[in-house]
Amino acid sequence: MANRKRNTILFTLLGLGLIALLLVNISFGSVTIPFEEVFASLTGSQASKSTWEYIIINYRLPKAITAILVGMGLSVSGLLMQTLFRNPLAGPDVLGLSSGASLSVAFVILGAGFMPPFLSTILLSSYGLVLASIFGSSVVLLAVLLVSQRLRDTMAILIMGLMFSSFTNAFVSILTYFSSAEQLQKFTFWSLGNLGNLSWTSIVILTVCVLIGLLLSLFSIKSLNALLLGENYARSLGLNFKRYRLIILFATSVLTGSITAFAGPIAFIGLAVPHIAKLLFQTSNHSVLYSSTLLLGAATMLICDVVSQMPGMEVTLPINAITSLIGAPVVIWLLVRKRKMMN
Amino acid sequence: MTKTILHTDNLSTGYTSKAGKTVIADNLNLTLTEGKLIALIGANGIGKSTLLRTITGIQKPLEGDVFLNGKKVTDYEPMELAQNLSIVLTEKLPPSNLTVFELVAFGRQPYTNWIGTLSAEDIRKVHEAMELTQITHLSGKKHYEISDGQLQNVLVARALAQDTNLIILDEPTTHLDLVHKVALFKLLKKLTHETKKCILFSTHDVDLAIQLSDEMIVMTPEKVVQNEPCNLISDGTFNTIFKDEHIFFDAEKGKFIIR
Repeated sequence: MANRKRNTILFTLLGLGLIALLLVNISFGSVTIPFEEVFASLTGSQASKSTWEYIIINYRLPKAITAILVGMGLSVSGLLMQTLFRNPLAGPDVLGLSSGASLSVAFVILGAGFMPPFLSTILLSSYGLVLASIFGSSVVLLAVLLVSQRLRDTMAILIMGLMFSSFTNAFVSILTYFSSAEQLQKFTFWSLGNLGNLSWTSIVILTVCVLIGLLLSLFSIKSLNALLLGENYARSLGLNFKRYRLIILFATSVLTGSITAFAGPIAFIGLAVPHIAKLLFQTSNHSVLYSSTLLLGAATMLICDVVSQMPGMEVTLPINAITSLIGAPVVIWLLVRKRKMMN
Repeated sequence: MTKTILHTDNLSTGYTSKAGKTVIADNLNLTLTEGKLIALIGANGIGKSTLLRTITGIQKPLEGDVFLNGKKVTDYEPMELAQNLSIVLTEKLPPSNLTVFELVAFGRQPYTNWIGTLSAEDIRKVHEAMELTQITHLSGKKHYEISDGQLQNVLVARALAQDTNLIILDEPTTHLDLVHKVALFKLLKKLTHETKKCILFSTHDVDLAIQLSDEMIVMTPEKVVQNEPCNLISDGTFNTIFKDEHIFFDAEKGKFIIR
């Protein structure tokens, strides 16, 4: 089988590339640290300056791990949504979870002026925003799960998510209209996404959530494959459709919800990476797509993070702008190239 | 004696809604036996699809029961039902990169482990199904690269790979030209005789079905009859299918004539 051989090569390259990217990612930042020193700190031996070691262990490594978790989680949930809704434009945000998170964060930041001072100080701390975001996405999650139990039509869930997004966006616009410049800036910063600033405790929580989501997705691979033939064929193959739809929706919600809570609404990764995986591996088989999406998601996010740090410069760009800036041209380029190959 | 695979016991099909029950067909006593190719015919809207949905357990019967291999269809667990009944639908496949082999191999899903690994036995069954339907040469092609006629064979192969003794096809000849319609019917006939499976299909190609099927189930507004084609011709059942004065059935020629 030529395909299998090609896949093995691709996977090996991806794996090696990922390790290289991780090292590159950690080596770059606003403080220049020699590569040998980075390697030394990571392997546990002493770096020649203790500040370097501190930066790497407490700042760069957590950020790289967050990038990997975010990339993997969002990409896999994008894959799940695209197959479940049979819609190539679906991504993790279609269920309206990130909108839910945005709305409740907007409420906290922009509505802080209307709250008693002690409450707003608690809520405006970084944990307060995480909690608000978790709350927002869980409310939407519950709504989605409840509605999905009552609806027979899967497309209706998709439309519901989209409606919810525009509803929350409208609400956020109203809130921004009435807020001060300072509040607006804070909300904008949150909505641009941030991979840094996560404590090791937060990373552990995020890792657990992402692992739960990824494990559930792993157990859905067979049903996702059956769903490629459409719901009716999938049922005739013995698939308990309602149960798996629930599992898939739940997995996506846990992934998107937790990631949005800790890193903000990261755009585009969930939509683009599954397409890159599909075009690269030329398959619809989810056991291949699952692992390739995982690796590609992590790699893409690491690249985006490196770019956002603007190696050699003082400033750091917002991650959310970079994901779209890099992602969109890559997908367009792949699609055009594929068209050539077919002709 | 030939084995009965599926039989219905005073079955009535239809829908329950808040307004009450809508009966579409009642008092159905049908018997599907092994090695038979059975055609289901009737005008549009007469309830063919409802009957197929009820037989396959998607829809609950209003009254009576459907027994598949001695057990009520509604009592089967999804996975167990998938090992006893396979279907071929009219609906188009959603876009994907699936190859013909992968498509046929999906027929093995009810037998594979949690992640869907194909065993040597599974792969053998897939190849066997592809040989029977003569699509082995298409194995590595993507499903959108082949013609409609070939795709229909692939979907039949998928149902064969599912290894059930009953296969139900919903209007399998809809998008095909005459040559491919005949080829598909002949293939189905060959399969029933070689594999001892029972194949039930709904169709609007009544004259072809008369010539190629072993038995026919004819649905008319008054009744539902199951018999061999020649008996149905002689007792004039075909003339009751269409309520249209311009269409009548010519018993000698064995086909419909327009006046």
